[in-house]
Amino acid sequence: MTNNASSPHSASLPMGLLATSLILAVGFALVPQLILSAPNEPTMGFVQRIFYFHVPVAWLAMLGALTAGVASAVYLSSNSETADEIAASAAELAVVFGLCAIVSGPLWARKAWGVFWQWDVRLTTTALLWIIFVAYLFARRYGGPGARRLAAGLALFGAADVPLIYISVSIWRTIHPKTSVVPTLDRGMRPAFWAAMLLFSVLFFVLLGMRRRLERLRKQFNTLYLDADEAGLLDD
Amino acid sequence: MSASPRFRCIATRDLYKDYGRQRALAGVSLQLQAGQVTALLGENGAGKSTLLSILAGMLQPTRGLVRVDDQPLTEVDDVSFRRCLGVLSHEPRCYAELSPRENLQLFVQLYDVYRPATGSAASEAIERWLRAVNLERAAGRPVRTLSRGMLQRLAIARTLLHQPSLVLLDEPYTGLDQAGVAMLSSLITQERARGAILLIVTHDLATVAPLCDQVLVLSKGRLGACIELPFGSGTGETLLSAYRKADQRGPRSRSSDAATPPGSPP
Amino acid sequence: MSPARFVGQVWLLLRKDVRVELRAGELIYATMLFAAIIVLLFSFAFLGGAPPTVEVMAGVLWVALALAGLVGISRSFEREREADTLRGLLLSPLSRSAVYLSKLLSMALLMSLVVVVVVPGLLLLFGMQLSGAGALGHLLGLLALGILGFTAIASLFSASLGRARGRELLLPLLVYPLSVPVLLAGARGTYDILYGTQESLIDAARWLRFLLAFDVLSITCGLWLFEPLSTNE
Repeated sequence: MTNNASSPHSASLPMGLLATSLILAVGFALVPQLILSAPNEPTMGFVQRIFYFHVPVAWLAMLGALTAGVASAVYLSSNSETADEIAASAAELAVVFGLCAIVSGPLWARKAWGVFWQWDVRLTTTALLWIIFVAYLFARRYGGPGARRLAAGLALFGAADVPLIYISVSIWRTIHPKTSVVPTLDRGMRPAFWAAMLLFSVLFFVLLGMRRRLERLRKQFNTLYLDADEAGLLDD
Repeated sequence: MSASPRFRCIATRDLYKDYGRQRALAGVSLQLQAGQVTALLGENGAGKSTLLSILAGMLQPTRGLVRVDDQPLTEVDDVSFRRCLGVLSHEPRCYAELSPRENLQLFVQLYDVYRPATGSAASEAIERWLRAVNLERAAGRPVRTLSRGMLQRLAIARTLLHQPSLVLLDEPYTGLDQAGVAMLSSLITQERARGAILLIVTHDLATVAPLCDQVLVLSKGRLGACIELPFGSGTGETLLSAYRKADQRGPRSRSSDAATPPGSPP
Repeated sequence: MSPARFVGQVWLLLRKDVRVELRAGELIYATMLFAAIIVLLFSFAFLGGAPPTVEVMAGVLWVALALAGLVGISRSFEREREADTLRGLLLSPLSRSAVYLSKLLSMALLMSLVVVVVVPGLLLLFGMQLSGAGALGHLLGLLALGILGFTAIASLFSASLGRARGRELLLPLLVYPLSVPVLLAGARGTYDILYGTQESLIDAARWLRFLLAFDVLSITCGLWLFEPLSTNE
């Protein structure tokens, strides 16, 4: 009787998700080996290896923010439930990966710059981006009627900050290593770096898919609950 | 400005509204005709306010459709829809710092009626409405000094000022004295004669009974009863029995016979 | 809709806002007093130390502006909610963009009153100095653009919060992070102006352009978002 409770493949865990989870399991066994076998960086030593973690999670935080922003724009203009689910999931991932980036960055900075935190445009905008998406989760939860649209508006503004971060690196003087270090990476470091990038990206999309599925199931459950209640099945 | 379009009919089909794990409306189908007064009865929390918000286009239903003259509400140009809409809510929606006259002047300008909106036609209309709701003597005082009943009368004038063709009144009799009740009843009759679609949410059964053509009873988000009355024949008892009947059926019964308004396909 | 009609609607609502606030009075005076208190609090916080540097003054100016401004804006929207008049406006056949723009402008006027308190406060209590008319012009431009950018965001989210419980708490959570670019550009630009050399004025002009771009972006976003954000789902 409900049109949105009956998409057939959503009931069981999709095969695609299972397959990618398998890839992830293998990857998380392999990539640490690659990182260990990569050459030591002469000035920074072992600490430099946090780079294989920091860069992927920072990139995924931005991807999450960007996805949430675009999905929110789609949701606001078309009222699509799917877009809303994707936006909410991507925003949560932006918060999780953003936290990883914000924690792993200072660990390296303490060694490289002597301090945990510097006033730097790139650092500040990343922290800002993270706060905006924490606020998104707040708004979604406590925003009252219309909370989802309110949060979507916030995500849209928040995502506009992502390009600002990228541009800011070239416009303002900054001490943060530039994105141009990636193509000039030492030949020996490349396999570990790109494997980590790939692995974390797969993880991102698996989490996004699962989180979105949870959101969809939650909605379907609520509708089913209400329909069952209406039919008098929940009386005892 | 083009003349504002008149609506002949607004109807809903199988309207659902869910808030998380609460269902405010569960399959409401109704039809409101021009020149008819419909009373909407129902206990607190039956979904009356939700239904009104959806009809006013301020709330999206979870499922189901609202049609205005055979056109889905989502496809109607919202500015021209709102131009034909008069909503009286629990709140007066008037500025406390302005006087009743200034409030009405503002709304005349907002709705862009009686053009030119600042000319003599507009001020005549404003004075006429101030007289109609018996607020001439308080017309210059700030609204915050008015009593509850006066505020309600101002809100009534503000709702009907622009001659809306869809009039939604939520508990319009609240706070009114005897004279105020009589005034509102005659205004409702007048609006009916003008050809407006009127929907009145009320608990004041005896007062609205002689005014209405149709009675809807909403119970736990569902239409429990829908009764057509010859205009002027209704009494408090007819409404009360309809109310009881809907209540007896209980929220579980899917009384499709009663919930389907006449004239709509089964 | 013709542009003249649109401007007419904005003007009508703006005049209404100004009239209501002038009659009520309390919001205007309370906001200005609050701004004065913030400047005083800052001066007490830095009491006894070295004379405040231009960085400190620039920071105090923009933080005071943001704090007092949002308190005033939040209260002003609370007034629109008391008798549900904001809903009344949204149900009227006005263009939603006109409602947004008029709110933005009336809130910008309110924040200008905060500037009237904060800038003299800094001149008096912090010994802030402006070198010449060029610096003053730059500062006024920076303030005007900063206020527009801030109110573009604050008005959008204040109006959209509707009747959510805890909205007083939620509003700063939404507005301050999004307006960081305004505060950053404003404070850095003010620092450049107060520093007072020819080169620093050129830097300040760059911040002015940044603010202009930010304003265009956020007002465009606001105009687009106000409609979907102000109707409930």
